[in-house]
Amino acid sequence: MPLSDADLAAIWLTLKLATLTTALLLVAGTPLAWWLARTAARWKGTVSAVVALPLVLPPTVLGFYLLVAMGPAGPLGKLTQAAGLGTLPFTFAGLVLASCLYSLPFVVQPLQNAFTAIPERLLEAAATLRASPLDTFFHVVVPLARPGFLTAAVLGFAHTVGEFGVVLMIGGNIPEKTRVVSVQIYDHVEALEYSQAHWLAGGMLVFSFVVLLALYTLNPAMRRQT
Amino acid sequence: MSADSIELRLQLTRTNFALDVALRLPARGVSAIFGASGSGKTTLLRAVAGLERCARGRLDVGGEVWQDSAAGIFVPSHKRSLGYVFQDAALFPHLSVRENLAFGRRRTGDATPPDAAAVVALLDIGPLLDRRPDSLSGGEQQRVAIARALLAKPRLLLMDEPLAALDEQRKAEFLPWLETLHDELDIPVLYVSHALPEVARLADHLVLLEQGRVRAEGALAELLPRLDLPLSHGEEAFVVIAATVGAYDADYALARLDFAGQSLWAPSAPRIPGAAVRVRIQARDVSLALAPHDDSSILNTLPATITALEEQPPGRVLAGLDIGGTALLARVTKRSSAFLGLTRGKTLQAQIKSVALLD
Repeated sequence: MPLSDADLAAIWLTLKLATLTTALLLVAGTPLAWWLARTAARWKGTVSAVVALPLVLPPTVLGFYLLVAMGPAGPLGKLTQAAGLGTLPFTFAGLVLASCLYSLPFVVQPLQNAFTAIPERLLEAAATLRASPLDTFFHVVVPLARPGFLTAAVLGFAHTVGEFGVVLMIGGNIPEKTRVVSVQIYDHVEALEYSQAHWLAGGMLVFSFVVLLALYTLNPAMRRQT
Repeated sequence: MSADSIELRLQLTRTNFALDVALRLPARGVSAIFGASGSGKTTLLRAVAGLERCARGRLDVGGEVWQDSAAGIFVPSHKRSLGYVFQDAALFPHLSVRENLAFGRRRTGDATPPDAAAVVALLDIGPLLDRRPDSLSGGEQQRVAIARALLAKPRLLLMDEPLAALDEQRKAEFLPWLETLHDELDIPVLYVSHALPEVARLADHLVLLEQGRVRAEGALAELLPRLDLPLSHGEEAFVVIAATVGAYDADYALARLDFAGQSLWAPSAPRIPGAAVRVRIQARDVSLALAPHDDSSILNTLPATITALEEQPPGRVLAGLDIGGTALLARVTKRSSAFLGLTRGKTLQAQIKSVALLD
């Protein structure tokens, strides 16, 4: 067996983290993307910029601020302590929260693009056919934006799997709690265990390639763009 | 307020455009909203549908208040029982024709949803039911869009230039459907158009919009001959007369059309006496003579009195005529006008070179 128990635990933790993050982001990102796609509000630009920040920020910067915010003296930390939850750094919950912020643009932007592409006229037509806004969203918008949801889910998942800097900053390296695959690879390399590092790194490479290949060949919207 | 009319008073201001309209429209038949592009026709229609949230005013459709800004009432579009046919049909691309039709029908909140089979038959879309909207022609899409709107059981049907996206041939194919609809529907229709020939065939009532305001409104037959309105100023100016078929002469393939104590003969396919028809007479097809001629090829000559005259430079004169209570337009050259001594109140003979049956 080329993978140790610690490797398997890291893989399992990574999948758990990515799945949970993707699910949470789809739920929270959908209304945000909808708002960004439809609003004419003046601060739309500001919100868009904030959402896109993780694309350009070094993960260590994002991780540093999150560490401070979630720490015992930070605003988030005070909140979680008041709620009796303790502090979030170096916990799985903290990692999920950080991953959600880190992968936010990868979910919001494909959704926003898909929503923008839906003609306003179809929403109006639905309204004149007695469909309430929520009804219209689930029966017109969601089916029409399905390729966007697929892209958002895949990119959100894959990006969370590939996360390293943020995890290191706020999660540390605690087996079965915060030690994800990317951190495990780093450990192997540090310990000069190159063959173990090869198995995990190669696995990540194949996984990422397969995911993107599936995205580009199965998703009609992506196929048109390329 | 009243169960048999649509009363609206709507205002909407945008940069470079203001809509300010007060109307009371009949609760039966087709009311055409006619005007140049940019006159506010579509905006008015959208405001009636509740799609323009910034419109203010009051809207009462057959006793149901859909909007009363003073009282803070704004019924959202999805709670107004209306049907809206968009210029580009706006069918849902992810649904088949059948599912598109079911979309509104399922949401009427009615224990007995309208009979889909009857509407499908009326618009002849049975063979299209399992197709996808993107595989339909423009005319087919519009027929599906109309059926979809009707199946939502509207109290008011709004149509925004449903022919605009069609080429001339498709238009010609599609107009008869609209005419059938006009005869079969018992709900009022607001029909936005900038094409007068279309309006002449479909409308009973006409609202003339100019820069967001109502320039004139009334029965179609009464507005068309008015010299003070731009309707009579175009090259194609015409009047529409509601007539009944009095007789049909199979030897000459001519129908006698009776109206208000007058008759006209017009070439026609066989017609059943008693049928109601619309007759269109263009101003350029009416010439004037001081005495009746019986040595001319013109079939129809009627005694007429000049009610109004308007010079139309260069070199032409438009005359409003009264033929026993029915209005007619005649366009002659300025020279003929001077030669015949045309003045208001003068009685002469109107020679009608061509009469078109519209339905």
